[in-house]
Amino acid sequence: MTTNENGMVRLKINSIEVSADPSWSLLETIRFYGIEVPTLCYVEGLTPYGACRLCVVEIGSGDRTKLVASCTHPVWDGLVVRTHSKRVMKVRRMIMELLLARCPSSKVLQDMAAKMGISSVRFSPKHDDCILCGLCVRMCEEQMGAKAIGFAGRGVDRKITTPFDIRSDLCKACGACMYICPTCQLRCLGPEAKDPLCGGCTNIKPVCMEEGADDALCYMHPCVACVKEPEKV
Amino acid sequence: MIKVAKLKNPAELEKLQQRLQNEHDPEKPIITICNGTGCRALGSENVVSAFKKELKDQKLDGKVGLRPIGCPGFCEMGPIVVIQPENIFYKRVAVEDVGEIVNDTVTDGKLIDRLLYENSSGEKAVHEDDVDFYKKQMRLIIGNNSQIDPENILDYVAIDGYSTLAKVLSTMKPDDVINEITASGLRGRGGAGFPTGRKWKACRDSEGEPKYAICNADEGDPGAFMDRSLLEGNPHSVLEGLIICAFAIGSHEGYVYVRNEYPLAVKTLETAIKQAREYGFLGEDILGSGFDFDVKVIQGGGAFVCGESTALMASIEGRAGDPSPKYIHTTEKGLWGKPSNLNNVETLANVPLIMKNGSDWYRSIGTESSKGTKIFSLVGKINNTGLVEVPMGITLGEIIYDIGGGIPGGRKFKAVQTGGPSGGCIPESLLDLPVDYESLSKHGSMMGSGGMIVMDEDTCMVDIARYFINFLKGESCGKCVPCREGLERMGEILNGICEGKGKEGDIELLEDLGELLADASLCGLGTSAANPVLTTIEHFRDEYIAHIKEKRCPAGVCKSLIHYTIDESACTGCGECLKACPEGAITGEKKQAHTIKLDKCIKCGICYDVCKFDAVRKE
Amino acid sequence: MKNEQEDINIAAVDSIIERHNSDVELLVSMLQDVQAECKYLPADALRRIAERLQIPLIQVYSVATFFKAFSLVPRGRHSIQVCVGTACHVRGAKAIVEEIERNLNVKAGGTTDDGEYTLETVNCVGACALGPIILIDDEYHG
Repeated sequence: MTTNENGMVRLKINSIEVSADPSWSLLETIRFYGIEVPTLCYVEGLTPYGACRLCVVEIGSGDRTKLVASCTHPVWDGLVVRTHSKRVMKVRRMIMELLLARCPSSKVLQDMAAKMGISSVRFSPKHDDCILCGLCVRMCEEQMGAKAIGFAGRGVDRKITTPFDIRSDLCKACGACMYICPTCQLRCLGPEAKDPLCGGCTNIKPVCMEEGADDALCYMHPCVACVKEPEKV
Repeated sequence: MIKVAKLKNPAELEKLQQRLQNEHDPEKPIITICNGTGCRALGSENVVSAFKKELKDQKLDGKVGLRPIGCPGFCEMGPIVVIQPENIFYKRVAVEDVGEIVNDTVTDGKLIDRLLYENSSGEKAVHEDDVDFYKKQMRLIIGNNSQIDPENILDYVAIDGYSTLAKVLSTMKPDDVINEITASGLRGRGGAGFPTGRKWKACRDSEGEPKYAICNADEGDPGAFMDRSLLEGNPHSVLEGLIICAFAIGSHEGYVYVRNEYPLAVKTLETAIKQAREYGFLGEDILGSGFDFDVKVIQGGGAFVCGESTALMASIEGRAGDPSPKYIHTTEKGLWGKPSNLNNVETLANVPLIMKNGSDWYRSIGTESSKGTKIFSLVGKINNTGLVEVPMGITLGEIIYDIGGGIPGGRKFKAVQTGGPSGGCIPESLLDLPVDYESLSKHGSMMGSGGMIVMDEDTCMVDIARYFINFLKGESCGKCVPCREGLERMGEILNGICEGKGKEGDIELLEDLGELLADASLCGLGTSAANPVLTTIEHFRDEYIAHIKEKRCPAGVCKSLIHYTIDESACTGCGECLKACPEGAITGEKKQAHTIKLDKCIKCGICYDVCKFDAVRKE
Repeated sequence: MKNEQEDINIAAVDSIIERHNSDVELLVSMLQDVQAECKYLPADALRRIAERLQIPLIQVYSVATFFKAFSLVPRGRHSIQVCVGTACHVRGAKAIVEEIERNLNVKAGGTTDDGEYTLETVNCVGACALGPIILIDDEYHG
């Protein structure tokens, strides 16, 4: 790998030339430079997994570009990266749609979706509790050293469990798995039974629209007025 | 009797080959019978036993040879018996024919007419070369199957087997081998078509020990059985290729990963490896060259995804077959984090051929981008089902009509699916496409491992798309969101369409999901999963629209969209359908037109099948 | 009675592990032999393998539940497998599955009430030219 005198590599992120340590992942590099890329299955300190695919970015140029998961992608000299291209945004939004349909009761997911401006989910809700991001498995294995839980089965029938679904002797009851889980954290009370998209904030009148509230600043993120607009990508 | 002994150098190998060739009497009749998995399903094992007994009873077992072989390719006509040296070709041989064959043909030289294959011209073929099916083929690899009893290494040795290995080990350097393979233009036969020489070089140049040479025999594409036939019919050709590969990349430990569903191939391979060790082609100091290499057979557990390189390696490491990102190639960090080279069975079988005859010779076959031959499994709605080996560049139409003999029952061709679940459906308008890597991928399909499934007018293309999505759904490892969630939702939509619940926007949603999978999936299973759906939407959009808007299945396949009725004018009242109906849904008096009670009908189609008067209609 | 059975299983499992040199690369093969011996994968067998190979139990469990070849519940005395590969599908495999389901009163993937037959659909077995294919106790029928 070619590096410059400091042993760093030079790459382009969103047309900005930056340098990075060759041992960094692409995601670490992007975040180091303050650019926000959403993630679900990535947590600093745990081995990157590359499963949620939210962190995808577009690399390459011309008509030979492709999308890669930045959390598991290395950096090298001459890499050209776009973190928010049209293709990337379409993918992120579709992934969010699919995850919302699977697990509508997760506030973390609903908030991420609202931030992306998703206004409709075209799939029927499954009301599952787990998005199989594997953070709990890696937490248990790598941080707690217990290896009490893991994946069983494959495909849509895949789940995370203890061996034979029974209480595990190896479980330390530390709660780390619950702590790290993006769907366990907060329950969203918004979504109705039929529609996986949270409508909670639409029930609240935004403060900026109240009478005589010229100095009232918006506390909601994002403002419900934007979410209600049909989104055209 | 030849005593089994380790061959210490190439000269001893040559001596053994000379001896085998001298001992072989070219006039001696040898009865070959295909005994691969396919023909065993047709009772070939009993035919073999019957021949054994007959020859013994007639005290001919010394004078007439009997050789069970692996697949010779013309599966439609199995069990096939070819009597050497004249190569008289007998089709669909049953136990009852055995006595006659021994008495009439072997002893008296008389031909048995009913066992001869009739070409489409009406003429009977006597010799193997006369059979139309074989004429346009170029059977460089699979052709050898008829010379080899896979349980006997000496058959392979006798036809110069392992001589190429001897030549490579004693006269060439690893870089010479890599250069030759690169120059030949050999590309991976497992599906992706990556240049083999380049892969070997990358592995060789990577740092890390030990290096692993792995053969991918996880042939998972439904409808493909080329690799199985090579492993069952000529395992040593694959082993020789693997050993040469190992020498080139600097590996001393190899693996053959065979899918769980191929027990005979595993058994044949294990026997072959054992015999190869006995003669010194595997193990330490192979043929006195100082090069060590040995092989382990690893069996799969029943997972299509384990054909993917990183999933395969995870499986060998004793983990579940989850793929990993390949941004760092497996040639750099593969099995156990070490440089690993993974090649398909057919790719490796090409290696000894190239090293023996040279890259220039190999380049003379095929097209500019795709050199050499390719073995395809021609199956589905086709007259001559079986394995065909053809030079790259031959057209799809030639394979389907000239070799395959066209569509049975006079039905009309509709599409051919190449590349398995990762490939696409190619319609009639593109039958002139030459078979090579670039042409097929340019039209949304791909060469894949070689499965070629022919479909006719009675095949519903929406049902086919649904079939592939459901297949992939069951095989997805479930790690990444696009594939796991995306395939499930695509399955929901397609099932809905086939059940008459399709709605406006379904096609667009399928296309969106397809795009997501292609762009963002973690591994090749996901990125190519949408190909069957997208190509059928592209070429057969009107079928989708008929299902969605008109709630109609033009091919008459989707049960919810068809119903069976009896045409009163054609019905003779014979009562066959009434008897056959499992639900008792048909009523009628003898000799009078029958009727189907639609509320009881479960649309199994049995009445349609049994009616001899074509009176049952599907609408 | 049950303990006796389990002891027998453990001895058999041990010998299977030894036959495979306790080699983690041959884990799938070990599991297959255990399944052939016990007609399924008993929990204690998996525990024993994890112990002897010194790998986490959850890893063995993960492998045992990932692959289609394995069953963690006892199977029928006879196995009926219908190939539903593309070529066989095109030649009517689905109708065959449904017919058997009807005749034996069992759903694909399950075992008949009397414990005699387990019906499964399998992916392509590689005898495509002779489809549709059924395997009854590992014997092929075209």
